[in-house]
Parts: sequence; C-alpha cells; structure tokens
Amino acid sequence: MAFNYDKYLRLEKMPTLWCWGCGDGVILKATIRAIEKMGWSQDNVCVISGIGCSGRFSSYVDFNTIHTTHGRTVAYATGVKLANPDKHVICVAGDGDALAIGGNHTIHACRRNIDINFIMINNFIYGLTNSQTSPTTPQGMWTVSQKAGNIDPTFDACKLAIAAGASFVGRETMLDPKKLERLLVKGFEHRGFAFFDIMSNCHINLGRKNKMVSAMDNLNWIDSITTSKSKYDKLTPEEQLNMFPTGVLKQDTKVREYCDMYEDIKAVHQGKRAKITQDDFEKKI
Amino acid sequence: MATREIISTGNELSAIAAVDAGCEFFGGYPLTPSSEVMHVISDLLPAQGGASIQMEDEIAGICCVIGASMTGVRALTATSGPGVSLKAENLGLAQMAEVPLVLVNVMRGGPSTGLPTRVSQGDVLQAKNPSHGDYKSITLCAGNLAECYTEVVRAFNLADRFMQPVIVLTDETLGHMHGKAMLPTLEEVKAGIVLRKQFDGPAEEYFPYECGPTEPAVLNKMFEGYRYHFTGLHHDKNGFPTEEINTCRKLIQRLEDKVEMHRDELELNEEFMCDDLEENDVLIIAYGSVSLAAKEAIKDLRKEGIKAGLFRPITLWPSPAERIKYFTDKIKNVICVELNIAQYTAEVERVSGRIGSIEGLYKVNGRAISPHEIVEKVKEVF
Repeated sequence: MAFNYDKYLRLEKMPTLWCWGCGDGVILKATIRAIEKMGWSQDNVCVISGIGCSGRFSSYVDFNTIHTTHGRTVAYATGVKLANPDKHVICVAGDGDALAIGGNHTIHACRRNIDINFIMINNFIYGLTNSQTSPTTPQGMWTVSQKAGNIDPTFDACKLAIAAGASFVGRETMLDPKKLERLLVKGFEHRGFAFFDIMSNCHINLGRKNKMVSAMDNLNWIDSITTSKSKYDKLTPEEQLNMFPTGVLKQDTKVREYCDMYEDIKAVHQGKRAKITQDDFEKKI
Repeated sequence: MATREIISTGNELSAIAAVDAGCEFFGGYPLTPSSEVMHVISDLLPAQGGASIQMEDEIAGICCVIGASMTGVRALTATSGPGVSLKAENLGLAQMAEVPLVLVNVMRGGPSTGLPTRVSQGDVLQAKNPSHGDYKSITLCAGNLAECYTEVVRAFNLADRFMQPVIVLTDETLGHMHGKAMLPTLEEVKAGIVLRKQFDGPAEEYFPYECGPTEPAVLNKMFEGYRYHFTGLHHDKNGFPTEEINTCRKLIQRLEDKVEMHRDELELNEEFMCDDLEENDVLIIAYGSVSLAAKEAIKDLRKEGIKAGLFRPITLWPSPAERIKYFTDKIKNVICVELNIAQYTAEVERVSGRIGSIEGLYKVNGRAISPHEIVEKVKEVF
C-alpha cells in the first residue's frame, strides 16, 4: 500500500511554493517516511528551518515548527534541544544557510555533537533569490552575482562536518528516495549530531543558465558527480577530485552527546559527582 | 515588606534574580562588562536542573535563548552594546513571533568596540529600536544594586505578560559595583511570578495569534499537543506566513498597541525630593547609575539653598510621557544628565514639547558623572 503522507502534512498549505520538478518535495517525503519509521509522535518532534526555498519546509509539515532567521537554524535548535533533551529535533537548512551565513553555527553544532539531525538541502545555488553564488556552486558555473563565471572554490560540506566533529555524517541525493530514507533513519537513530548533505536540483535558477534546462538534465548532472562511498574509495585521486561520495561517510558511536554530557554538569552542581576532569575523556587534547 | 540583605555585585544580582524568577535557560557569549552574569548563572542553573550554554557567538547566544523560550521555558541572555548590535536581527524575530525573553545589557562605551571596561549609557536609543521594522520595545533601567535584581525579576514577568523581549539596561558601574542590596524575599518574588498565558481547550480550537487587537499572542508550551508554527514572516492566526493585506496590517498594529495600550502596567518611576518643587526650582532627569550621583548633587544643592529634585524613569521605553510632561509643565529649570549625548533628552523634549529648553549634562568619555559636576552645571545654567 502506498504511504499516506496526509497525517504528517499541513494539507491546507498544499500545493507548496516550490517549483515544478523541484527536489525539495522528495526530501520532505523521505523525511516524513523516516520519522514514521522511527515511530516518533508528531508532538515530540520539532522541525526548524532557515531562509530560502528550504525555509518553507517547516511550514508544510505537521510537527512543532520554527522558521528562523537566515543561517541560524541550528542555533535555535540548540536551545530547543538543550532545554528538552528527550525531544527530537530536525533542522532543515539550505547550502547558503548552513555553509555561508550560518557556517559558524554549523561548525560548532558539529563540534558539540548535540543530538540534532541537520538536513542540508544542497542545490548548489541561492534559488529563492534568483541565482546568486552559494558556497557549493561549482567553479566556472554562471550565477547572477558572478556572470563571468564563479571563481569561488566549491565547499565540500561533509568534509567540514567530519573535521568539525559531527559524529554522524552522510550524503545522498534526491535521485534515490529509498536510499535517502534509509540514510535519514540511520542518522535519526544515531545519538549525536547527524549531518546530512542532501543534493537536490534547481533547474530553474541553476540549470537554465548552466546547460541543465530541465529537471532531468540537472538530476543527470547530480548523478554524474556522485558515487557510493565504496566505489569512491577505489577511485584515483584525480577521479575523486570531481566526485562526491554518498552513503554514511562517518559514524562514531563512542563520542558522547552534548545533552548527555550536560547531565554530568548538573550532577556536579547538585553534588552528585566529582568535577569533570580530563580523565573523563578519551581524547585529551 | 520583608527584605533580605545581600552583599554582591550588580552582575551577580542580575543572574540570581533570573534564577529566582524561574529562569531555566541561559545562552550567551563572553562580553565585557557583562560576562559575570554568565559566570554566575552557569553555576546556578544546572544546580536547579536548568541549562546554561556559552555559544559560538552573540547571534547564537540569543538564537538558542529564543529557541528555548519557544518551547515554554523562561530564558535569559546577557551582553553589552556590541552584543546587542549582533543580536538585533533575532530580537526582531522574537518581537515578530512574540517570544518572551530577557536581555540584560550591561552598557559600556561605544560605538564599535568603544571603551570595553568603562561606563556609558550610550545604548538607550539602541534599546528602543535594536532591530528593523515596527514594534514597541520594553526597556527597564536599573538605577542601583537592588534594581539589578528587582528589574530583572520584573522583566521576566513583563516578558511573559506582553510576549516579547524585555531589555534590562544596567551599566559597567552597577555591574561591577560591590555592595549591600536590600532585596525582596524569595517567597515574595515567587509569589509575584506571572507566567505566560496558556490555552487549555482542544487543539483544533487553538489559534496562537488570534487575540484581541491590544493583546499579545497566547503561545502554548511546545511538545504538549498544540502544534503550531513560529516565523519571522508576517503570519496569520495559526502562525503561518501570509501576505494578506488586512492580516499584515493588523499584526503590526497589534505589536504596537499591545504595549501602547497597557503603558500603565509598565510605567515605573522614582521621584526623589520632587514634592516641594515649584516653578523656579530645578528638576534633574536622570536614570541608571547616574541617578546615584544626581541624588547626592540634589542634597548638596539643597544645602546651598537651591531646591532641586530628581525624576528617574525606571521603565525607559515606553517613556513615562504624561509624568514627564507634568513636571516639565510645572518646573521651568529642567536638566537631563546622561552618559551619552542627549539620547533621552530628545525623548523628554518630544513628550514635553519643550524643544530647545531642556538643559543637559552629557559625558561620553567612559567616566562616571560626579555629584560635584552636576552641582556646578546646575549653578551654571540656571
């Protein structure tokens, strides 16, 4: 039987503002299916989005929802989660949100390893505002703010998240919704900061000026720049240069989650345990 | 009224006040001269089961506070002028989405990095309009050590009553002043707590932003079955984005009117030696730590036969317009004393209609104004 999304959607908000053929809807549906798989009650989930096309995500889904300022999703989410450690928090941000204006918050949320699920919808462009360069726009592509061609180097968000200390990092595309759903479930199950780089199309504001006029052209391009991690690992460095690995790129179950560690802080101040020292951590420096 | 005596600093008292008022969450970033608020509350909150977090920057500091408050807990941030500049955009979201919080601004010299360790009152106008757009700020200003406590308590209650950020201005002098403060008892503080309104009917009948034209939103605690939407966009009764012309107009007008129409609940002033003032006497208008010097100056002036009194607004915004007009109509010789260049004088002139006939003593070099300077200025201009 086909999955019934109605329970999780704010049906009166349909149709969405997203363009025909946009991948954001595929990601929204995969997120809903993953939440259903987790068995989370809608009342116990908070979905927080930023600014941009992805920012509208939160208003379409029937959970506790917050539409924040540009780039600050995970900073808001940190307050929601730390004040309510037993609830489930999902951030949905765009590539501009997560890597440009909100890059600092992304780094530090990864570093704290707070149990927030951070879905970055990566469409390689500022779509809502008509094609300005984003941190993930490939070099050489046309943008409205760099009409001679983008010279800014392309950001690999997963490498950033891994280096910053996120304990779960994964990448998928909206091309395979089943795989995407499985990745989301793995991340949702993980206790700690889960970072997802989910590649999506914007044939309207990226594709049309970059020889990918239709949604399919844009999706074929995404397909051509991604490959599973196992295949990616077998590529030569020259071949890896122009590919992104997909799947689970990092999962560390040993590193402690921030809210769990904060319980230790509470215990210290309530006289229930000795002060925290370096001996409490495997990694000393 | 029972009282308790505490020997402490202004910053420590602000932190203690927040916890006594039921604050369960603090988010912030180190900023001189406010940092001691974080130092103290980071011990106090976890001891009571709350949480305190030092975020990666000032912006994140207020964002996590807004996030926590959206879930229904009382939340505090503390900073100084440069931090308020960074927090401004998100203060605007809290105004728009009607999310209560308390921001303590321990003022230092500005603009920019200014005089980080020295006193100023340069953020008075910033407190009125920190963010873009139309809304009505509520700003309280502590004038002594005890008020670093009582005004923070009052701010929490007003934030929940009016469903918006409330700024408490203190300054470097008060924040770092160490001395005796007579405070209300904890029982009295607890008895005075007025938490935000909650809707307890069925979820289908709950519309968080459907309220009277002069009333704040009714935002239920998160995770309790009333699922709704927060946004900084113009929004409808459910909190969902809209551009419908009447809904937009009514929303912004309501943000103004929910404060404007309830000024009586907000106004708080001190009138020191004002009872016997007549037309040719002297009225000093001052607020914050400057009022301590003003009171000494008034005693000295009276010893010399010059009858002077102090009008001190404790709620700075909205300003006590009627009371200021009462005094400025009655008394000819009015002088504002401020650690900025005429920021509140402009408001006094506006509400009194006495443009150009209000004297001023202003100091912007990071040093406090002494009673002697006020005495000399009064003798010079009147």
